[in-house]
Amino acid sequence: MSNATLSPQRSSLRGATLPKWFAWAVAAGSVVLGLGISAAAGLGSSIQWALIAAILFVVGSYGISAKVEGRRQAKDRTATSLVWVAFLLAVIPLASLIWETVKRGIKVLDGYFLTHSMGVVADTEPGGGIYHAILGTLEQVGLATLISVPIGVLTAIYLVEYGRGRLAKAVTFFVDVMTGIPSIVAGLFILSLWILILGMGYSGFAGSMALSILMIPVVVRSTEEMLKLVPNELREASLALGVPKWRTILKVVLPTSLGGITTGVMLAIARITGETAPVLLLVWVTNFINSNPFSDPQASLPMYIYLQYANSGGSGAAYDRAWAAALTLIAFIMILNLVARGIARWKAPKTGR
Amino acid sequence: MAKRIDVSGLNAYYGSFLAIEDISMTVEPRSVTAFIGPSGCGKSTFLRTLNRMHEVTPGGRVDGKVMLDDENLYGAGIDPVAVRREVGMVFQRPNPFPTMSVYDNVAAGLRLNGKYKKSELDDVVEKSLKGANLWNEVKDRLNKPGSGLSGGQQQRLCIARAIAVEPNVLLMDEPCSALDPISTLAIEDLIGELKERFTIVIVTHNMQQAARVSDRTAFFNLAAVGQPGKLIEIDDTERIFSNPSVQATEDYISGRFG
Amino acid sequence: MDITTQKPAAPPTPGPAAPADKRAARGATRPGDRIFLALSRGSGIFVLVLMAAIAAFLAYRASIAISEDEANFFTTFEWNPSGIPPEFGIAVLAFGTVVSSIIAMVIAVPISVGIALFITHYAPRRLGGLIAYVIDLLAAVPSIVYGLWGALVLVPHMDGLYGWLDDYFGWTGILEWNGGAPRSLFTVGILLALMILPIITNVSREVFRQVPRMHEEAALALGATRWEVIRMSVLPFGRSGVISASMLGLGRALGETMAVAMVLSPSFDISASLLDPGGGTFAQNIASKFNEATEMGRDALIASGLVLFVITLLVNGAARLIIARRKEYSGANA
Repeated sequence: MSNATLSPQRSSLRGATLPKWFAWAVAAGSVVLGLGISAAAGLGSSIQWALIAAILFVVGSYGISAKVEGRRQAKDRTATSLVWVAFLLAVIPLASLIWETVKRGIKVLDGYFLTHSMGVVADTEPGGGIYHAILGTLEQVGLATLISVPIGVLTAIYLVEYGRGRLAKAVTFFVDVMTGIPSIVAGLFILSLWILILGMGYSGFAGSMALSILMIPVVVRSTEEMLKLVPNELREASLALGVPKWRTILKVVLPTSLGGITTGVMLAIARITGETAPVLLLVWVTNFINSNPFSDPQASLPMYIYLQYANSGGSGAAYDRAWAAALTLIAFIMILNLVARGIARWKAPKTGR
Repeated sequence: MAKRIDVSGLNAYYGSFLAIEDISMTVEPRSVTAFIGPSGCGKSTFLRTLNRMHEVTPGGRVDGKVMLDDENLYGAGIDPVAVRREVGMVFQRPNPFPTMSVYDNVAAGLRLNGKYKKSELDDVVEKSLKGANLWNEVKDRLNKPGSGLSGGQQQRLCIARAIAVEPNVLLMDEPCSALDPISTLAIEDLIGELKERFTIVIVTHNMQQAARVSDRTAFFNLAAVGQPGKLIEIDDTERIFSNPSVQATEDYISGRFG
Repeated sequence: MDITTQKPAAPPTPGPAAPADKRAARGATRPGDRIFLALSRGSGIFVLVLMAAIAAFLAYRASIAISEDEANFFTTFEWNPSGIPPEFGIAVLAFGTVVSSIIAMVIAVPISVGIALFITHYAPRRLGGLIAYVIDLLAAVPSIVYGLWGALVLVPHMDGLYGWLDDYFGWTGILEWNGGAPRSLFTVGILLALMILPIITNVSREVFRQVPRMHEEAALALGATRWEVIRMSVLPFGRSGVISASMLGLGRALGETMAVAMVLSPSFDISASLLDPGGGTFAQNIASKFNEATEMGRDALIASGLVLFVITLLVNGAARLIIARRKEYSGANA
């Protein structure tokens, strides 16, 4: 092999590479140019200059990189920028959602707001609070949890510890199907059964039943996963000691996976707490405190938000209350989520994941 | 095409852990060099520094020099992607792209590097599959998925894929460890043919295999777990297996440890 | 994110080899064992009964409504169930539901895949982990909050985009804007996209994370750039996972109620332009019309809910099928 053939090959290893700051430089240049063009053309919207800058960036870095580094590197760079753009596109509205909720919600959120109802306050006037809504939400979600957890956990036990036949397959399949039921359909079912056919009235309990339909499949799935993580040796060790199967499940299997099951239940609660559609159909809403979930309309946080938004004719005071209730709701759900994850991490069985 | 590899003073790290320390050796073109040694001695890590695959592992870092003829792979301005085109690699477990056909697997490397005419691609695919002794077995099912072949065929498909881009060096990381004896034999025969065209470096756990296929053998060892791996000696294979100059090599080869 | 959405990503777990059921069940002669088995099996049967009841009761009430309907239930552009004679049909709702969901999918799927790739292959590890965690939490934000944000923050910000779209794409007719409030199916689609983005991202990220290292290394060793590695090994491997994730997202978009009801200004006609206010979706229509509905009106809404139920069942069923096939496929290559 002669030197003449060597030298061109050598340069192929050395493919020209643009410095690390290249991307930043092009980004900065594009933003400046984008702003400049917008100002010159008199375009006011921030979306427009951002769009121009983004296009300039992608085209610019592709062009320069294709010249210096070659087509493949340029494509790679374009893909990188597109991935970043996707990330930014999603982050901006999602950050705005959190930011606006906190900023607008914090205005009227105080001790008074949390401990008073809307009983004597007109929807368009400032004042009032969400005590009745918090009470209603806690009762409805609590009842739904009381219904769903025993059914969900027992179903999961059946699937993991007993079920192998046709029945188990059918249950697995329909639990899957149940996870996909839209919440409004669950509400319509209880409506037709409980209110239209049995002739019952609006109540927190009717809402709880619909919420249970949404909650049961989540509890079954998460409990199933957790029970599967319990090592078989543990079951066999207990059975070999002559402990009956049901006591083995109660005393050995369930305690081992209790942390995981708790996590799953809390995540399920977090999921149904914000459900509005079934509550709208079955519980309706009131401005007064109704502590009895078994009769008459009851308030709830999601419906409170909806009511403050929809029935207030654009009153600022009502919007403030809606945001504050939204902040309370998000805070509650986030705390549930964080605690659930905390438990999962703390109680994770050593064999798991 | 085959090039000489000249390594000097090479260290490789995982994060702050020094995995191999101060390795220097020369690999001759158109020869087969085998790396042997106990598990964890860093022979695979060292192999992966030769085509800059080590730095793909999170925390992976290298210092030292690897000269491919007169170009330092770790020099300034070297493009690791270009290095990997020049230095092909075959892995421990056969890893054809599962969603691609046999044909597309072999053509994958070429397609990365620009547009080829269909006829050109056909030629290269046929030539590479013949080069990997696989053509007769797969010529009727070029459009079937590569993952449908047997383990040994898959591994030869991976070799065909690697040689299709005409690399200068071919690295093999325990290419037979997941294969049955007959497939192993087929691959070993193939290595003997391929060394006419490529510089081949092969990591193996199987000392008979090293003795059968290689011209030169390098023995790696580590003082204790948690210590960096080191090159103990490199010499002609015949000499390593008959009369090694270091006691540890003889102990390892005669099965006294490892 | 709820556990169920992680399921497609989880490797097939071999069920613990509990002693073969039938014999164990028959051998359960102790009262404790019998009671416990009856309880847990009863719960399983209850789930089946519940599903059957949902279908049956919805169908029963819907049949009452449809038999009274003087117009064609599927093709009528009108919703007047308490009129004399009652006339109502789901054509507008079907159109609005499909169009808003398509817009949501067109926006959300590529962006979600982008973010998932960002987390698994582009962002520094720590940052990727943090973003994944935040997106996980965002999946838990209730739809009523998305609705409030959509109505009070997103809608006022849409004017600029609408004007811009009208300037450049107004000639198509589809994106023509007459200056009305931007409470159209298009805005609904954008909001739905934001709502399903976390769930699609989460599932896709799980799938991309599971791409076997050796497939990526195969591409790397051929001298592939990062993008080429993604195109050659990550995307083909993750394709079916992304599809099923998208189906799960689609299921949510189809059934979303409150956010749509708060953002859309509904009407019972179909406009050629996506930017015109008007139209409606199944779920939104139920929530908006429910309050003033007579008994006949409620049955009519239940009939439309039954259609929604069937559609979401089909979409979810398709998603499960794809997941099941993917399991077989990756099992063959393991």
